[in-house]
Amino acid sequence: MSTTEQGMVQKAEPGVHHDHHELPFIRQYIFSTDHKMIAKQFMFVSLFFLVVGGLLATLMRWQLGYPGQPMPGGGILPDAMMAPTPGGAVMLPEFYNSLVTMHGTIMIFFAIMPLLVGLFGNLLIPLQIGAEDMAFPRLNMASFWLAVPAGILMLASFGVEGGAAGAGWTSYAPLSASGEYTGVYLGQQLWLVSLTILGFSSLAGAVNYITTVVNMRAPGMTWFRIPLATWALFITAILVLLAIPILAGALIMLLFDQTIGTAFFLPEFDGEPLLWQHLFWFFGHPEVYILILPAMGIASEVIANRARKPIFGYHSMVLAIIAIAFLGWIVWGHHMFQSGMNPMLGTSFMISTMAIAVPSAIKTFNWLATLWKGDIHLDSPMLYALAFVSLFIIGGLSGIFMASTPVDVYIHDTYFIVAHIHYVLFGGSLFAIFAGITFWYPKMFGRLMNEPLNKVHFTLTFVLYNLVFWPMHNLGLQGMMRRIYDFTQYEYLQPLQPMNRFITTCVFLLVATQAVYAFNFFWSMFKGEKASANPWNSNGLEWTVPSPPPHGNFAETPVVHRGPYEYSSPESDTDFLPQTAPPRRQPDRPLEPTPTPEGA
Amino acid sequence: MTTSAAAVDRAPMPGMKVYNLKLGLWVFLLSEVMFFTGLIGSYIILRFAHPEHFAEPGVVLNVPLTAFNTFVLICSSVTMVKAFAAIEQGDQRGLKRWLLATIALGTFFVGVQAFEYNVLASEGFVPVAEEYHAVGRHQPLDGPAIGGPLYGSTFYAMTGFHGTHVTIGVLCLWFVFWRARKGAYSAQSFGGVEIIGLYWHFVDLVWIILFTIVYLI
Repeated sequence: MSTTEQGMVQKAEPGVHHDHHELPFIRQYIFSTDHKMIAKQFMFVSLFFLVVGGLLATLMRWQLGYPGQPMPGGGILPDAMMAPTPGGAVMLPEFYNSLVTMHGTIMIFFAIMPLLVGLFGNLLIPLQIGAEDMAFPRLNMASFWLAVPAGILMLASFGVEGGAAGAGWTSYAPLSASGEYTGVYLGQQLWLVSLTILGFSSLAGAVNYITTVVNMRAPGMTWFRIPLATWALFITAILVLLAIPILAGALIMLLFDQTIGTAFFLPEFDGEPLLWQHLFWFFGHPEVYILILPAMGIASEVIANRARKPIFGYHSMVLAIIAIAFLGWIVWGHHMFQSGMNPMLGTSFMISTMAIAVPSAIKTFNWLATLWKGDIHLDSPMLYALAFVSLFIIGGLSGIFMASTPVDVYIHDTYFIVAHIHYVLFGGSLFAIFAGITFWYPKMFGRLMNEPLNKVHFTLTFVLYNLVFWPMHNLGLQGMMRRIYDFTQYEYLQPLQPMNRFITTCVFLLVATQAVYAFNFFWSMFKGEKASANPWNSNGLEWTVPSPPPHGNFAETPVVHRGPYEYSSPESDTDFLPQTAPPRRQPDRPLEPTPTPEGA
Repeated sequence: MTTSAAAVDRAPMPGMKVYNLKLGLWVFLLSEVMFFTGLIGSYIILRFAHPEHFAEPGVVLNVPLTAFNTFVLICSSVTMVKAFAAIEQGDQRGLKRWLLATIALGTFFVGVQAFEYNVLASEGFVPVAEEYHAVGRHQPLDGPAIGGPLYGSTFYAMTGFHGTHVTIGVLCLWFVFWRARKGAYSAQSFGGVEIIGLYWHFVDLVWIILFTIVYLI
């Protein structure tokens, strides 16, 4: 209960900033309650997991590019993963299953989600709404320190007997419910425990974000003056809050099936494997929007800023976020068209799914309209953001294919799905994360990232990314199933070998390219050009404070007078107008009353 | 809570006229609603799919005992309100007394549940599918099994999770009681009492729903 005393004291005295006494190292860098430090902690840990997930993908791609051939350097992996042969170590099918499962799990739950929600939620929400910190700083710290053991447990599962979980990131029962089917006992249980702990971490974050946005906004920061990144993160927090408990319940039931022998998902005792799919996707589809809405918010910020224009249709952007989040709750069945579900039900899920195209298209056209006749600055955050928009369009359109039940019958569980998810999750979310990290890097570290290196990274990543994932649409249409260990065992798939080898080569290059970003990331931290408080000439409150902002963020509680996207306004001599700029008196307009911190 | 929750901690404009901790708890309770929704929804699906796994009310489960236990839990909500009302008046003794009463009733509830589990398990009503052999109340242990493993699995999952919530609530009440003894609350500052009260009422409400659908229907 004392958790929030700090938050309450802060709120009680708006405008009084913190004492700048030096905190001991451990409180400042490890068990920190400062939202900016927690954001960085989430960033470092999730970027580490991003690398892990990428390396897992390269292992998988070796098997697909060179099925059954000895892997160079594979000998260093234990015999439980690689079978030693005279020519070298060959990947075992069980290990391939673990790779498929863990690549998906790690990328979704330990890389993309904490980068979007943990990093940007923590970094941006208090800064953009003019708060000194989160509502519950210690709960925030707990959120991070719950995520760490969850990650350790997940990684540790590679080392246990039977290997890591191998039932796919969706862990469909009964495959996941009994170790007899996969030979994975402890690994699957660790997977369940790890995700349950991570769920608590996400919940703690969501409670914090929602309370903060509702209650801690600076005077004058009305709902429709909140920057779109924070809007998206706020709606995302609501999705996390309501979706994660469903997953937690399902995970625990599955864990009970595994450990104490309950019957929930086990057909031999009349349990219902389909129930798992319903519960998982009732969580899983909102999760999809948890993974894309913050990316949309980030892209909106960057595009408006780098086009030097107000975002087109700010209100419709906000309403579209809300509409997507709402529709996200009634479409989960489109993941289950082939599960034996009632076809009538499938039709209604098909229609509700297609309805999501409407708010998504509103957002897309608003981005394009924002660019229209803008003063476009093609620097690296903008390039990443534009890549986000274009790749999201491709991923969104392939989504319509799968939403149509007659088409889905054909492409279901093929590489077409793999292509789709990577277009929205890599092309969408990850490019937006690159945009966001690059854009707010000066706010985190006080320095700018190296621009030429970023452009090299962008160009290579954009090209290689498309070379990897575009052909996967074709693989899928030609019938290559996802998660398959050795597709060459089917004669009709053998002609796909050259294309698979090509993709594998491109994956190796794509992963290697990320070293450019990693180098730039660390190099700029120490050697990058020093950043001013507002290097992008942006309007948001986060740019009114020094880079990086001090503990407590704002020396005085800011007072907000306008929306966040008033670029190239005739009211201003420059092409931007900070949210804190008081309105200029116009003869025919009465002066807007200035809100006071006391809220009188 | 050394700062005054009710008087000092007013949200500055904009925001809701609710202090952070209370708003945060309401938000948290929303996620709790979804958690129990998942459990109850699963129960409904499994029961509709396999009605033969479930028994008529009162055949396997002890309804009178649990009805009494439900009454105890509802009483504990009343004592919780009394504790809150006491500190609103600045009545320190009343706060501590009613908190202790709530703790006692909550503990009693969990105790009865543990006792009930024991009896049920001795009659073959267990969560483990392979060992499920519920014979019903006061029946010879070698009699025919009533219902099926889904009954045991869902019963223990739902009541068990609720019992865990009550136990956590009791621990939090002990914490609030300990703070109350140190004089942490006053007529101006009672945030901790208010939010543990909200949680406690929520847990109570969930039980009424669970009791209805697990025991009575």
